[in-house]
Amino acid sequence: MIDSSHASDEEFIRLDGVEKVFDVRRRNGFLRREKHQVRAVDSISFTVARGEMVGYIGPNGAGKSTTIKMLTGILTPSGGRLRVAGIDPSRERTRLAQHIGVVFGQRTTLWWDLPLIDSYRLMHRMYRIPDARYRANLDRCVELLEMGHLLEVPVRQLSLGQRMRGDIAAALLHDPDVLYLDEPTIGLDVVSKAKVREFLRELNAERGTTVLLTTHDLTDIEQLCRRVMVIDHGRLMYDGALSGLHEVGESERLLVVDLERELPPVDIGPAARVVKVEGPRQWLAFPASESAAPLVARIAAEYPLVDLSVREPDIEAVIANMYATGGERLHPQAENS
Amino acid sequence: MGQGRLYAAVAVSGFRRYATYRMATAAGVFTNTVFGVILAYTYVALWDERPGLGGYDQAQALTYVWLCQGLHAAVAAMGRGMEMELIGRIRTGDIAVDLYRPADLQTWWLASDVGRAAFHLLGRGFVPMAFGALLFELAVPSDPLTWLAFLVSVALGVVVSFAIRYLVALSAFWLMDGAGAAQMAALAGIFFSGLLLPLNIFPGVLGEIARALPWSALLQKPADVFLGERTGLALLETYAFQGAWAVALLAAGRLVQSAATKRVVVQGG
Repeated sequence: MIDSSHASDEEFIRLDGVEKVFDVRRRNGFLRREKHQVRAVDSISFTVARGEMVGYIGPNGAGKSTTIKMLTGILTPSGGRLRVAGIDPSRERTRLAQHIGVVFGQRTTLWWDLPLIDSYRLMHRMYRIPDARYRANLDRCVELLEMGHLLEVPVRQLSLGQRMRGDIAAALLHDPDVLYLDEPTIGLDVVSKAKVREFLRELNAERGTTVLLTTHDLTDIEQLCRRVMVIDHGRLMYDGALSGLHEVGESERLLVVDLERELPPVDIGPAARVVKVEGPRQWLAFPASESAAPLVARIAAEYPLVDLSVREPDIEAVIANMYATGGERLHPQAENS
Repeated sequence: MGQGRLYAAVAVSGFRRYATYRMATAAGVFTNTVFGVILAYTYVALWDERPGLGGYDQAQALTYVWLCQGLHAAVAAMGRGMEMELIGRIRTGDIAVDLYRPADLQTWWLASDVGRAAFHLLGRGFVPMAFGALLFELAVPSDPLTWLAFLVSVALGVVVSFAIRYLVALSAFWLMDGAGAAQMAALAGIFFSGLLLPLNIFPGVLGEIARALPWSALLQKPADVFLGERTGLALLETYAFQGAWAVALLAAGRLVQSAATKRVVVQGG
């Protein structure tokens, strides 16, 4: 068992059957209230190695933020065991704080009324960052996130993208081992998103900072994370490579065929089904795991085929499908990450 | 050591945050001055009728008015200090950000409130006082030691005021919205700090109670020191009174804080 503060690099973050149950009181009639429990996180186990960059995704209310809050120590788990860098977050929140950086996309760590640089000066004192290191880290962030002209601007006057970059820099001044990002690109335009992603990629490559990234933007995940965890209803539904999601998601590919003329839906048995017909063009869905070649051959043999194309399922569709089906059958997959 | 520098930096930023809003400061000074004039004439009428009321002569009573107008923003007798912001942060869940920092929540907010108070003392203290001294004959102490003793009392008053408002703000962890509690506390503050009328003139049991409540540490006690009513042993008693409330309320704040953060429901995603 790893205890004490010496976490192995393999299990830098480790969750064993972690649960979080909230008591919620609901109005039930005029004055009566009914108490019931909500399992926001229901027995989640995973490990993250030092230097990994992991995407943590799920629909709204799935338990992502609750997990992040437990990992920062501001929420105490109702059950299970949780360690970050060998530290029990809720017990030793202050000691853990030196090891972690947190960016909540919808909140800010910056002081609204003050110039950006003032917030950084406070961080400098708060995390007791040695002067030289503070200066070097600040210079680096300012350069990479292009914030030179923003330092003297009060935070309330920053645009969302500027503020987000400011927040990311604030989370990194003390060289944290782990960076939790809770929707860091929410509300950002394409250019700002790209900047943030580029910066995170470099941070991970150069510093080996472990990154746990929560997002609704799957492009974030596709561009940054090799590993992805999907959570829904407080349970881990998938943990593995991003590419593996297609296989477990029972996703379908689309074969788009252009025929010579308008014809009734193509019938080639159970291998594919027509999902849409529009004039001479027809859309056929077939399992992503099957090859398209035999289908094409059959259609070409039996129908007047003019043109065709195959569309890969996009990751969003896969995940939407996963959320919708509740992921029951995906559980075995989650075990052998 | 390192933490001391942090909280000093927090106090400085608290000062600067309020210094940013110059129009608000000007408006506050104007309001205080207008209210000072209204109250001053009321007091003149009152003390004409009842000379020596509450142990003050008329000059002392008028000094009391202008002193309170200059001081009440600094000691946040009517609230509107950090508590509204803290309540807001608890309500929206932004408190999460404060909680994962390696800093103590109470000390942090105390430092920031001390910075605010320092700004309000400078920014909103002098003008009403000077204006009052122009219009009326005031009993301003000539001994610099009295001024020093007064400033110590003000500092203690700021801490007591903070400790009350911190407790009020933490109620938001349970009430989900602390606006009501803040309003009640503000009303109590206006009345029991002595902002409207000196607590000295409250008769009987009500007077005894009013003078024993923590709010009297905000304005009444510093004013008494300023007016030379508290010297020697009596001055130490005043400090002890303010200090005891400060310690007791800060300790209560710590207890509530640890209860709150244990059962913390950080609201919002």
